[in-house]
Amino acid sequence: MSRTIIDTGNHIAGYAAKAARAQVVAAYPITPQSPVVEQIAEFVERGEMDAEYIRVESEHSAMTACIGAAAAGARTFTATSAQGLALMHEMLHWASGARLPIVMAVVNRAMAPPWTIWADFSDSLSQRDTGWIQFYCASNQEIFDTVLQAYKLCEDRQVLLPAMVCFEGFILSHTSMPVKILDQEAIDDFLPPYDPVWVLDVGNPFSHGNMVFPEWYMEFRYFIQEAMDNAEKMIPEIDKEYGRRFGFEYGGHIERYRCEDADLVLLSMGTIGSEARIAVDNLRKQGVKVGSARLRVFRPFPKEEIRRLVKDVQMVAAIDRQISFGIEGPLFTEVKASLYGEQDHPLAAGFIAGLGGRDVTFHDIEKIAMKSLEWLRTGKVEEDVTWVGLRA
Amino acid sequence: MIKAPKNLKDMPITPLSRPTVASTGITGFWRTFRPILEPAKCNRCLLCWVFCPEGCIKRGAEDMPEIDYDYCKGCGICANECRLGAIKMEREGL
Amino acid sequence: MVALKELPKEEWILPGNAACAGCGASLSLRLTYKALGPRTVFVIPACCSTIIAGPFPYTSFSSPMLNMAFEATAAATSGVVAAFRKRGIKDVTVVGWAGDGGTADIGIQALSGAAERETDFIYIMYDNESYMNTGIQRSGSTPYGAWTTTTPTGKRQHKKNVPLIMVAHGVPYVATACISYPLDLVSKLRKAKEMEGTRYIQILTPCPPGWRFSTEKTVEMGRLAVQTGMWALFEFDQGKFKLSGPSAALIDKEKRKPIEDYLQKQGRFEHLTKEDVTMIQKWIDQTWENYKKLIENQ
Repeated sequence: MSRTIIDTGNHIAGYAAKAARAQVVAAYPITPQSPVVEQIAEFVERGEMDAEYIRVESEHSAMTACIGAAAAGARTFTATSAQGLALMHEMLHWASGARLPIVMAVVNRAMAPPWTIWADFSDSLSQRDTGWIQFYCASNQEIFDTVLQAYKLCEDRQVLLPAMVCFEGFILSHTSMPVKILDQEAIDDFLPPYDPVWVLDVGNPFSHGNMVFPEWYMEFRYFIQEAMDNAEKMIPEIDKEYGRRFGFEYGGHIERYRCEDADLVLLSMGTIGSEARIAVDNLRKQGVKVGSARLRVFRPFPKEEIRRLVKDVQMVAAIDRQISFGIEGPLFTEVKASLYGEQDHPLAAGFIAGLGGRDVTFHDIEKIAMKSLEWLRTGKVEEDVTWVGLRA
Repeated sequence: MIKAPKNLKDMPITPLSRPTVASTGITGFWRTFRPILEPAKCNRCLLCWVFCPEGCIKRGAEDMPEIDYDYCKGCGICANECRLGAIKMEREGL
Repeated sequence: MVALKELPKEEWILPGNAACAGCGASLSLRLTYKALGPRTVFVIPACCSTIIAGPFPYTSFSSPMLNMAFEATAAATSGVVAAFRKRGIKDVTVVGWAGDGGTADIGIQALSGAAERETDFIYIMYDNESYMNTGIQRSGSTPYGAWTTTTPTGKRQHKKNVPLIMVAHGVPYVATACISYPLDLVSKLRKAKEMEGTRYIQILTPCPPGWRFSTEKTVEMGRLAVQTGMWALFEFDQGKFKLSGPSAALIDKEKRKPIEDYLQKQGRFEHLTKEDVTMIQKWIDQTWENYKKLIENQ
């Protein structure tokens, strides 16, 4: 039986791990993620979740234990934030290189120093080269649904890559929203048990990860890229299937809002994307033809979908909750990279907003839109990258 | 000896290696000295067998040690440990 | 105690591998397999054993082996154990197999965490007393005075006592062993195999290129290490201390060979002064006094 509960993003992530029937969870607490692992601990100790829970002594060990468990044939889950994710960095590479479909909730938090517990995407986006699929959620329901969709995607033999399900710390993690916890039988039908392609088995012995000379290495990396390409195709298919079965879907790679006849499209990820809808509605009331496109997935980067999105659009404004020091926001860079070489590509402007958890309200987004439209009128983007709300 | 894959389609998606003798080649080529066993002096105590790091001394008929020269690296531990001097190290192929 | 002739004839580390001629670690791996059998899953960090395993697509390991990042052995092994338990896979021995670098230094956090969680596995540190795989740099397990490439005038600190660290974790079984005493090693491993909880065994594995001695002397070096008291063979079984085999008699100082017998035979100790040697001898004698006290206070 499905039921609706009202709970925080963190707890919902715990419900999702339970619904997905994760078999081994290895995790280490960090603000603002801790309630995820606390919720799972409660489920396990109450006997409601049949999983081995390893209370590891660091995040590096959390990812490593997940790798060991996945290599031994179990469906695994973990969660972390900021410093914890950074500490795992080496093992993120390991998980993707070993083609293990680990799913991890990343409760986005800005990197230190200075110490901060509030949200931006510096933690997850600085891991964008590690071969992990990255989803960005904008509601607690989406967190629940995305964890399940992630397992379905990752465990597919065309993919076999790990995935991060990212959601902003405090904004979603500690905010309660109504969420429909779907019927377990229906979930089991959508997500069958994990069937590994390779597993440690004394009946079929091999060594994993032996040294490889230069004559082999490139091909293994090519396989990962190929898997990402496959994932890019499968993400909208799985989202649609999920929508058919359960009534929730998110537009595949990109959740569009009023983009059909837009002159300007605001691109963003996470809750800035949901906040942008209010800005869009307000501006539309004033006759401004603006739309919002919230990227639900950053890796694989939905190049094709971006190209489709901006056909007939005159300007895009990318709002990044991260700065890649030495250049600009990663969303901005990758949007432009997707459009290079396209005939008639739109003007593009980048905005850095909301670092360290600074609020990005619909007012801010309206200002971003108005500034962008000003440049559109003159035909020249005066500031390639604008920092929003920086002190004078 | 399993065949090394040649084409993309023959490769596993992640580096999986199968148990193989001679994984690093016919290591007998490494030798400078080779152990020669004199069966007449041997009392089949098997110390040479247990101490060979390569596992290339076999327990032959009635536990008479048999050295596999394909893989013996010529370290000399067997000769050094034999209490009866039944194994001598001889210079290879001079 | 198992008899020599009872040891299995099969070789589970397949010959033709990349171990150096006379490699103590290779011998320890071979003996470990003879003790534990082929239903053993190994988790191995970056270390000499990684190289002994050989290059893709081949491996010299006959049973499943998971290569792992350097500091992560015990954590990965924790994951393997949990997954096997969850999947109902029984009658498989899971072993974390790491060198001294991957255990005493970079791997100690993961090991400590796994031990504190009472993880059900065997952890084996094969101790060649340096980062040998990367070319003989010092580790926490390098003994006082030893030359290494990062301590060219000799290490100034004493060897980290990882067995006692593991005893402090309250694990059910801690043992030391040496490749020169294969039956003692095999017996201890087989005993550990029948137990539950975190079981820790540290095997002294002399290294010809690292310790600077000729390849035929590997077993002799291990023997001298024990005979001089430099390396003691013992067990802490459910917390109870017991010296094993030839080490038992060495509680009597007269029975221990002078440390020069060991030091003079290895190039890594060539530069030691008389003062250094006296200091080392004193340290060994003190260590054995401590063993005496341990026995008396039990």
